Amino acid sequence: MSVAQRTVTVDRSSFDIRYIRKQFPVLAQTVRGKPLVYLDNAATTQKPQVVIDTLSRYYTAENANIHRGVYELSQNATRAYEDARSKIAAFLNAAEPAEIVFTRNATEGINLVAQTFGRSKVGAGDEVVISEMEHHSNIVPWQLLCEEKGARLRVVPINDDGELMLEELSSLLGPRTKLVSIVHMSNSLGTVNPVRQVVELAHKLDIPVLIDGSQAAYHMSVDVRELDCDFYVVTGHKLYGPTGIGALYGRRRLLDAMPPYQGGGDMISSVTFEQTTYNELPHKFEAGTPHIAGAIGLGAAVDFIAEVGFGAIAAHECQLLEYATAALSRVPGLRLIGTAREKASILSFVLDGVHPHDVGTVVDTEGVAIRTGHHCTQPVMDRFGVPATARASLAMYNTTDEVDHLVMALAKVREVFA
Amino acid sequence: MSDLRELYQEVILDHNRSPRNFGFLKDADCRADGHNPLCGDRLAIAAKIVDGVVADLRFEGSGCAISKASASLMTEAVKGKTVDEFHRLFERFRGLVTDENVSVNDAALGKLAVFAGVRDYPARVKCAILAWHTLRSAFDETQEIVSTE
Repeated sequence: MSVAQRTVTVDRSSFDIRYIRKQFPVLAQTVRGKPLVYLDNAATTQKPQVVIDTLSRYYTAENANIHRGVYELSQNATRAYEDARSKIAAFLNAAEPAEIVFTRNATEGINLVAQTFGRSKVGAGDEVVISEMEHHSNIVPWQLLCEEKGARLRVVPINDDGELMLEELSSLLGPRTKLVSIVHMSNSLGTVNPVRQVVELAHKLDIPVLIDGSQAAYHMSVDVRELDCDFYVVTGHKLYGPTGIGALYGRRRLLDAMPPYQGGGDMISSVTFEQTTYNELPHKFEAGTPHIAGAIGLGAAVDFIAEVGFGAIAAHECQLLEYATAALSRVPGLRLIGTAREKASILSFVLDGVHPHDVGTVVDTEGVAIRTGHHCTQPVMDRFGVPATARASLAMYNTTDEVDHLVMALAKVREVFA
Repeated sequence: MSDLRELYQEVILDHNRSPRNFGFLKDADCRADGHNPLCGDRLAIAAKIVDGVVADLRFEGSGCAISKASASLMTEAVKGKTVDEFHRLFERFRGLVTDENVSVNDAALGKLAVFAGVRDYPARVKCAILAWHTLRSAFDETQEIVSTE
């Protein structure tokens, strides 16, 4: 099992799990009298104190609207907001901050591309290619676009291990393909896709690629220039940041050519009833007052991640994944769904004779939080012939003790349903 | 464990393992489908009505223990009753699983009282009432797939 990472050196000595856990106040609580074992990070991550303090401080002493005031409070807020944008640009290694558009979340980022790039570039008879393992947010916007334009949605299948079938992708790319949109890391299978290769294959035919980095971005370092992708979306609340904020990276050349997304204030340069001209990047795509506190909080979150370091995070999570995979494989009647060779931090499973919903309810009484359901990937459930799975997903603050807790809670499930 | 035992009582586990009246009903007078996509519960219910009385009632489908047991116990409780009696029982059952103040000693509920434990698990109420809403839809002939999400 390996996790893609930019840095090769790993300073394990500096990763102090107790220190890390202390940074996340949520983890200190009990649930039904048992210590909380939070294993639903793929749904949302918990927030370090520094992010909580940043939000609090913003509203206590720094709040003002941005981009318009000549007074100091507004100028400071503007600088903090734009600094946050620079931080995200650096986090993804974008060429410049202007290539980072703040959005509400990754779903909005994808919809933005579908409605602007998509609407202007995709016509009748054209094709958009996605994969069988996509989250609904990377399926539905393309379905809507294809329906509107009379275009076709093509789907790259996955194999029984939950791996993308690259050969099939090649055969699906052609002169009518206008975009490939692919997930970097599957939220229900944990599969890490060979996105670099996907981009290479697509670019051979001049087809742009959007990568959904919602899960990948908090498990491994992402370099959009090294990947050479055309669009990359992330969501703040999975990056140990606030909800309601996300970012879309777009290659300047493409963003410049795209028509506006939402109309309103800030995205304009001048407005008359005869004609309106639009603002330059990235403001062209940021209409209205944004989630200022959210952006600044997200900046603090990526700073926090950078401080801990992906080398250390990935190493810790990789070890944890190995431990958890081995432990769960020993549970009688448990079948892992998603067994790709390249995988990170997510363990989806089904238990013989017990519906995932019942599994989730029972382990909750032991303080263990896992997700059960289709994880917004109904096609994946159909592919594996299951109505739903139970999913444990790991983050930097999880421990082997917590994995042991999950296994113990699963034994209780057996007891109840014997 | 006592908390959990309130929810997963022996009767419920039994009906989950061996659901009663499970299977396809030929010559049904009315049918309806229920589906809760978020949790993956899927039910198909069919009834045969003779002179206003539910003469036969069957269900098929897959789902969590609560939804299956509820469907199974419902078919046992409703078979032989009139459609009007079903509607009254529906209200009583809904009250049982959602309202703390509803008594579990309501004689009309009989074995259905085992679902009182669902009150402490609000996320599971929709599982418990899916079969009921689906059957009501069959009687009302609404022709739409029922969901309790």
